[in-house]
Amino acid sequence: MEMTKSKATRESYGEALLALGQENERVVVLDADLSGPTKTALFAREFPRRFVDCGIAEANLMGCAAGLASCGLIPFASTFAMFAAGRAYEQVRNSIGYPRLNVKIGATHGGIAVGEDGATHQCIEDFALMRAIPGMTVVCPADDLEAKAAVRAAAALEGPVYLRFGRDPVPVIHESLEGFRLGKGLTLRQGKDVTIAATGSLAAPALEAARLLEARGVSARVLDLHTIKPIDRELLLQAAGETGAIVTAEDHSVIGGLGSAVCETLSGARPVPVLRVGVEDRFGMSGRGEELYRAYGLTAEHIVEKCLDAIAMKRG
Amino acid sequence: MQEKEQKKLEELARQLRIDVLEEVHSARSGHIGGSLSICDTLAYLYQRVLRVDPADPRREDRDRLVLSKGHASPALYAALAERGFFPREELKNFRKLGSVLQGHPDMKRIPGVDMTTGSLGQGVSAAAGMAIAGKITGRDYRVFAILGDGELQEGQVWEAAMLAAHRGLDNLTVIVDNNGLQIDGPVDQVNSPYPIDEKFRAFGWEVFHADAHSFPSLEEAFDRAMAVTGRPSMILQRSVKGKGVSFMENKASWHGTPPSDEEYAAALAELSNTGREA
Repeated sequence: MEMTKSKATRESYGEALLALGQENERVVVLDADLSGPTKTALFAREFPRRFVDCGIAEANLMGCAAGLASCGLIPFASTFAMFAAGRAYEQVRNSIGYPRLNVKIGATHGGIAVGEDGATHQCIEDFALMRAIPGMTVVCPADDLEAKAAVRAAAALEGPVYLRFGRDPVPVIHESLEGFRLGKGLTLRQGKDVTIAATGSLAAPALEAARLLEARGVSARVLDLHTIKPIDRELLLQAAGETGAIVTAEDHSVIGGLGSAVCETLSGARPVPVLRVGVEDRFGMSGRGEELYRAYGLTAEHIVEKCLDAIAMKRG
Repeated sequence: MQEKEQKKLEELARQLRIDVLEEVHSARSGHIGGSLSICDTLAYLYQRVLRVDPADPRREDRDRLVLSKGHASPALYAALAERGFFPREELKNFRKLGSVLQGHPDMKRIPGVDMTTGSLGQGVSAAAGMAIAGKITGRDYRVFAILGDGELQEGQVWEAAMLAAHRGLDNLTVIVDNNGLQIDGPVDQVNSPYPIDEKFRAFGWEVFHADAHSFPSLEEAFDRAMAVTGRPSMILQRSVKGKGVSFMENKASWHGTPPSDEEYAAALAELSNTGREA
């Protein structure tokens, strides 16, 4: 097996912020006592005047970000996904989402991959929560390149954006991302029997699943849906039409996330079997990230099984 | 304060109260008690303090006002209309389908509204963010926020208070409208926020007391608050919920109840007669 480079997307986030800060004086960064783990410390060291540590107070973090945005700055409000989307949900909804303020929410440590900290810190509901806010763009990059492209694209977009990054290193799956656009999914691999639509840390396992399926004579298409909202409807309808079965894959609850978004998109337009790989309706627990992925069914092998099931359903 | 100036402010405040009454009666919905308690303060702010331009409501160097107690929107809308941000006729569409005058202030729809509010406890955070933005960009605008006293029960207010003091936001002044009543009754019986002044001083704020219905008192408090350097300031104004309408004064039941036609007529008569009496 060839050696692939790995990097946590939160590292990419921190580096991207630093680069943005050098280019654009309107970029300001807020954190809630997690500038080490979220990697915003890189920005803070270089631009202390444009960095605001709110301390452990996420409601205020989001409100301050709203105020900063209302004055023409581009705030990136950073904390763990649990506290960004969960703790401060109503502040995000009413102070940022409803007035459509230009706040970028940089949520790191998303999903059960957070690992040892356990269920209290494993946010598997953020896509559902953020997706339900009208006008909110929801993004979950798959690797280093995509995370950096997403941060740049979010800064260039006028309006609120929720960006989810991961704690653990993930393989770099892209060679280049020229022409990256929010809302436009990427086809990582062509295939005709089934489509795997993955986001974030499940994109690499999805590619691995396609390789395993190929060995069994099954041709799987792999889509990288870095933008969960607005979802790439065109790409999905095309995949549904051409492959006739879809499997979604995400480090998120099967309720309300990418799987739900795909079902919502297809059910009224081109209904095909859709099976969802994600965390079933339960909380996480402590353990290493890869152990949890095995325990909760978020591996290439699980995706393979679901693909075979979906193909069987297609054949009726 | 010169008598002529005071009379002018009193006349404006009286007009704001009439506008509030008309809005809530026309909508058959809205929060009249807490609107009437801040009419003098809004008259003073828009007449004497705020550097704003109705012709260019979004200019970057303007002063900002965040009505954190967003349910007092009728009073804010009246003040904005009287200041010329939009036609007074719009007031009669308050809370009606298709009107820009939403139940709670909406910065995207209403000229002159600097922050969308209504969910209590969030305004000081936004105001602090604006004040931080002023420090970062080097603009010398001031930021004001008006809070209810019951609103102080929201934890987010104290998160924001801590940060504002920590960052020395002397371009921020918060006005606490201490009318003493919230929906469930007197604030000190529901869940007492007192002593408000000592709590904020302990957080690092300068606190000034004012009589919310005396312009000389408001003038003194605003002058002193705006002269503070190195820390945020607060004007703790003692006010009367329902001020100006005798049967609404100091009654929690007038928090969110619209007046009947008879009550409306009686209230309008009282407000219209004020000034000719005594």
